[in-house]
Amino acid sequence: MTGHAHAQDPNVAHHFENADQQYQSAKLGMWVFLATEILFFGGLFCAYAVYRANHPEIFVFGHHFLDKSLGALNTVILICSSFTIAWAVRAAQLKQIRLLKVLLALTLACAAGFLSVKYVEYSHKWKHGLLWASRYSPEAHHGEQRDHAEETGAESAASGETTESSPEAVQEGLERSKIAPAASGPAGLAVADERPGEEIVAEPKNAQVYFSIYFLLTGLHGIHVLGGMGAMAWLLSLARRGAFDTGHFTKVDMVALYWHLVDLIWIYLFLLLYLID
Amino acid sequence: MVEHTEPGVHVASVKLLVIVWIALMVGTWLTVSATYVDLGALNIWIGLAIATAKAILVALYYMHLRWDKPFNAFVFLASFLFLAIFVGIAMMDTTHYQDAVIPGFSPGMGS
Repeated sequence: MTGHAHAQDPNVAHHFENADQQYQSAKLGMWVFLATEILFFGGLFCAYAVYRANHPEIFVFGHHFLDKSLGALNTVILICSSFTIAWAVRAAQLKQIRLLKVLLALTLACAAGFLSVKYVEYSHKWKHGLLWASRYSPEAHHGEQRDHAEETGAESAASGETTESSPEAVQEGLERSKIAPAASGPAGLAVADERPGEEIVAEPKNAQVYFSIYFLLTGLHGIHVLGGMGAMAWLLSLARRGAFDTGHFTKVDMVALYWHLVDLIWIYLFLLLYLID
Repeated sequence: MVEHTEPGVHVASVKLLVIVWIALMVGTWLTVSATYVDLGALNIWIGLAIATAKAILVALYYMHLRWDKPFNAFVFLASFLFLAIFVGIAMMDTTHYQDAVIPGFSPGMGS
């Protein structure tokens, strides 16, 4: 049996001709998995495209509740983690085990940093009731607007106006938000606000759909980040047990491919959710 | 340093990894700063073009597609082809009947 000629190599399964064939097969399998991942996210991207085409005003409204700088920070964090894990693959290929451990730990730290920023963003939305579908109840947000109304009332009092205490003015303040009018957005749907110097527009109908799409896309992505962290912790424990001392780096390479895809998807999420203007 | 450990394995140099990292950072900066320039409907396409350029850099160099067997790249591109078919066909007519489905609810359509 020639098939057992290479049985000495413990890293090559018996159904593979040699290490290279095994490596190429693992890689092809990983790419097929990544293709299914793209189509998995594709359903949500399709929902996004269809809803944005039909109701652009909701996206223009919703994206003002997202912090562009936090989104950019997370993009930078993920790009750095992509860099460190790409370097980790090189370290594993060259059997630089110490460097490999450091780079894997750095990548893990970046992933944790990403989720921490995401936690800050999510908790802010949770506090203000800016949640998905039926959980969307921005009462806390209206409270904020009440503060805003009081502020503007104080301002107009200072300028000698007397209407600030009338119930209509307070009521008007309640229904208005600090959101830029949709008229200034790409859709140009709302009537421009008459008040000079203030960019205010009423909340569009079904604004919760934006937050449903936001939470589904970022939530699914966040679960992928968690999965990636688990995979990297697994690699770290393997490295500690000396699994990569022989230069058998396939596992590091596969996790890296997965992690790069998570980064790729975030590049698009950042653009499509945060940078609507 | 040995650049080729085994046949069929490409080891990317640290220099190349750093160059790609810098390019990705510049790309992110470009994407963010492009949103401050109002070009109307063109903005989203410029953003998508920059994002796609970044994605190509990651795929070619960080994901080693440049040195891989072309079939892996084919699998990856095929997923985007099917994504384009999926989203493209969904987008073909969706804006044409929404105002009939929910009268007066789609101001973007002009009923």
